[in-house]
Amino acid sequence: MPKRVLLGLLLACGLTAPALAQEPKTGGVINAVIQPEPPGLMLAQVQNGPTQMVSGNIFEGLLRYSPKLEPLPELAESWSVSEDAKTYTFKLRKGVTWHDGKPFTAADVLFSIEMLKQTHARARTNLAQVDKIETPDDYTVVFTLKQPFGPFLGIFEVGSMPMVPKHLYDGTDWKTNPYNNAPIGTGPFMFKEWQKGSFIRLVKNPNYHEKGKPYIDEIYWQIIPDAAARSVAFETGKVDVLPGGSVENFDVPRLSKLKDTCVTGAGWEFFSPLSWLWLNNRQGPLADKRVRQAIMYAIDRDFAKDVIWNGLGKVATGPSASTIKYYTDDVKKYPYDPAKAKALLKDAGYKGEKIRLLPLAYGETWQRWGEAVKQNLQDVGINIETIATDVAGGNQKIGDWDYDIAFTYLYQYGDPALGVGRNYISSNIAKGQVFNNVEGYSNPEIDKLFADGAVATPDSKRKEIYEKAQKILVEDVPVAWMLELQFPTITRCKVKNLITTGIGVNDGFKDAWLDK
Amino acid sequence: MLSFVAQRVVKGVIVLLAIVVLNFFLIRLAPGDPAIVMAGEAGASDQVFVKQLREKFGLDKPLPEQLFIYVKGVITLDLGFSFRQQAPVAKLIGERLPATLLLTLTAFAISLMLGILFGSFAARFAGTFLDTAITVFALIFYAMPIFWVALMGILLFSVTMDWLPSFGYETVGANLTGFAHAVDVAKHLIMPAMTLGLFFMATYTRMTRASMLEVKRLDFVKTARAKGLSDAVIQRRHVLRNALLPVVTLAGVHSGTLIGGAVITETVFAWPGIGRLMYDALLQRDYNLLLGVFVICSAMVLIFNLITDLVYRLVDPRIEFAS
Repeated sequence: MPKRVLLGLLLACGLTAPALAQEPKTGGVINAVIQPEPPGLMLAQVQNGPTQMVSGNIFEGLLRYSPKLEPLPELAESWSVSEDAKTYTFKLRKGVTWHDGKPFTAADVLFSIEMLKQTHARARTNLAQVDKIETPDDYTVVFTLKQPFGPFLGIFEVGSMPMVPKHLYDGTDWKTNPYNNAPIGTGPFMFKEWQKGSFIRLVKNPNYHEKGKPYIDEIYWQIIPDAAARSVAFETGKVDVLPGGSVENFDVPRLSKLKDTCVTGAGWEFFSPLSWLWLNNRQGPLADKRVRQAIMYAIDRDFAKDVIWNGLGKVATGPSASTIKYYTDDVKKYPYDPAKAKALLKDAGYKGEKIRLLPLAYGETWQRWGEAVKQNLQDVGINIETIATDVAGGNQKIGDWDYDIAFTYLYQYGDPALGVGRNYISSNIAKGQVFNNVEGYSNPEIDKLFADGAVATPDSKRKEIYEKAQKILVEDVPVAWMLELQFPTITRCKVKNLITTGIGVNDGFKDAWLDK
Repeated sequence: MLSFVAQRVVKGVIVLLAIVVLNFFLIRLAPGDPAIVMAGEAGASDQVFVKQLREKFGLDKPLPEQLFIYVKGVITLDLGFSFRQQAPVAKLIGERLPATLLLTLTAFAISLMLGILFGSFAARFAGTFLDTAITVFALIFYAMPIFWVALMGILLFSVTMDWLPSFGYETVGANLTGFAHAVDVAKHLIMPAMTLGLFFMATYTRMTRASMLEVKRLDFVKTARAKGLSDAVIQRRHVLRNALLPVVTLAGVHSGTLIGGAVITETVFAWPGIGRLMYDALLQRDYNLLLGVFVICSAMVLIFNLITDLVYRLVDPRIEFAS
């Protein structure tokens, strides 16, 4: 036997042996932490993080996404795209039933989309490119777009477009529909009980359309509001899963060292949280590009990553996270260089005018980061005043453009057209709103690039456009990009296969099992 | 007595309405738009969506109109609808109130009993080592922030010794019933109730001690001693009873503070009470829910104050009810 073949066989054995040992076992209960308590579980009406995390088990989308953000089947078993990239045909999975036993059909898809257009801001924006939707039969849905829309296949995950049971919502007042409190989906787990302030209990869906799944019998989402108490709950064995962001980052190294504890940074590829400092481009010294560039040079982002975030994360290079499509690092670099920052400030004629900094009221880690940035900026001679607010107050100040520098982090949603452009295009400048172009950056070239990038075909053309946009933005520094954040998920090692897709824990626990 | 109670109830209702109006404006003075908070990351950048939310919850109406709608609701015992949790406020509070009452009343009982007991001992043995020990002990707990005591308690009794659960109202998933459930809840209650109670216990210890030492110097105590009554009887019947009046006053005042203290305790121990509901509502600018919790807490303070006045009469029958 040739050596190469023998090696291949050995490798194959080596790979399959653990695979056999990892055959999923059925049964058991997973205790996970959820924070803060979701305001509701009806995913079509409430879309905050905790709701998605719990309801991703109850509801499903047409597609899932791999860690590389490739579409995978969920309620749609296959899909095809016409040659002109304007018609998308989805074939729905047959034999899928809602938790109350009614069949899931194309009529539900149609209804869900109509509902989401009114209740789900992101879905409405994503669907704006759709000209018409047809359902030639119960298991086929055809979307016809007004023009090609590059990221279209990326808008169907459960958080962006959850499927809603038409038979329970059609003709009712959606706001007060009793099923909002006991949601009915097609997902692997069914809603069972919610003791407000204590826990949410989900139980296995015995009729789930993927035979044999889910493996777990029950999930208890425990509501523990204090970060230190969440750490203790894991440490004392009361919970098995701490989803990313559940504990302060400085607790992660300690918890990671506990016996039988596994940590992963996977499962954030779709969201790719990217942190930056909003810089108010409209007024004062920050209106000058040189001052904004000086800020980039003045901040020691490696320190922030290594010390404040305990090595979790990656220094950002620009407006796109490295995990999303069309990212390039072929852009101007801003290493930590206080001397260069001082020179730029001098060049810009900065005279020590007071600059207000709004830290993010998301806990201790963010507070410390605010202090570190303040120190960095003071070191190069910027006169910084910290303004303390809570989240709601901070949002109002930012939305009213009543700030100079403010911390934030936002999701990227896998594609520059979905999660990046919104922060830099001038049509998104709207006072009173947050998470749009609050910095007031206006560049017709950037507007055109993002407009073209969304509809360009083929992919290579989009790549070219977005790479150019990244280069221009990094040169202009409308905001100061800080870190690609990592929110590690901490689990007991007995919890297997918890994270299998690009949306991590939010995709539900249908593949997870317990190695008892 | 009945007319006294009736008068206090009427006055209480007027005070409550005043509290509602005052809080209605005070809450709105805080920066932060509930519609933006509700919309979340994606929705907050969408003007149409935020406008829809404002319309849906009547936040676009002029303030006097919003106040009129709210007060009209309160008068008919309707505390409104929670923007954030999309449920009636009364229902949300009703779900959480029993847990808070259990926690605060237990803490209150612990603090009063232990405080009076320790204070009496300190006064009885004034100047001795026991007095010093109790005073220092009380001072320490008086000075320590509630959250710190809570975290130290968790570290000691949950992490190190594994005696008590660190969070929650009951063991989730155990599905216990009857006596076993009561024991389970009691185990979960010990640490939060002690944490909340210790601060107030320290206060009552110091107050009881000081008050008893003061009463001990009065003439009627000397008379009792001259009559040949035993020291124990003098302490219990004459000194303690008279010394308790300021403690009762303080306890009445504390009834409201206890609820405030419960916010921190409930947060650290994940106790599902209204303290946490209030905290979340504040962060989310959930005006109706926040106002609802304020109304209930204010009503409880008024009720506790009425009870305090009635207890006054029991402790010292010389006190008459003002007509």
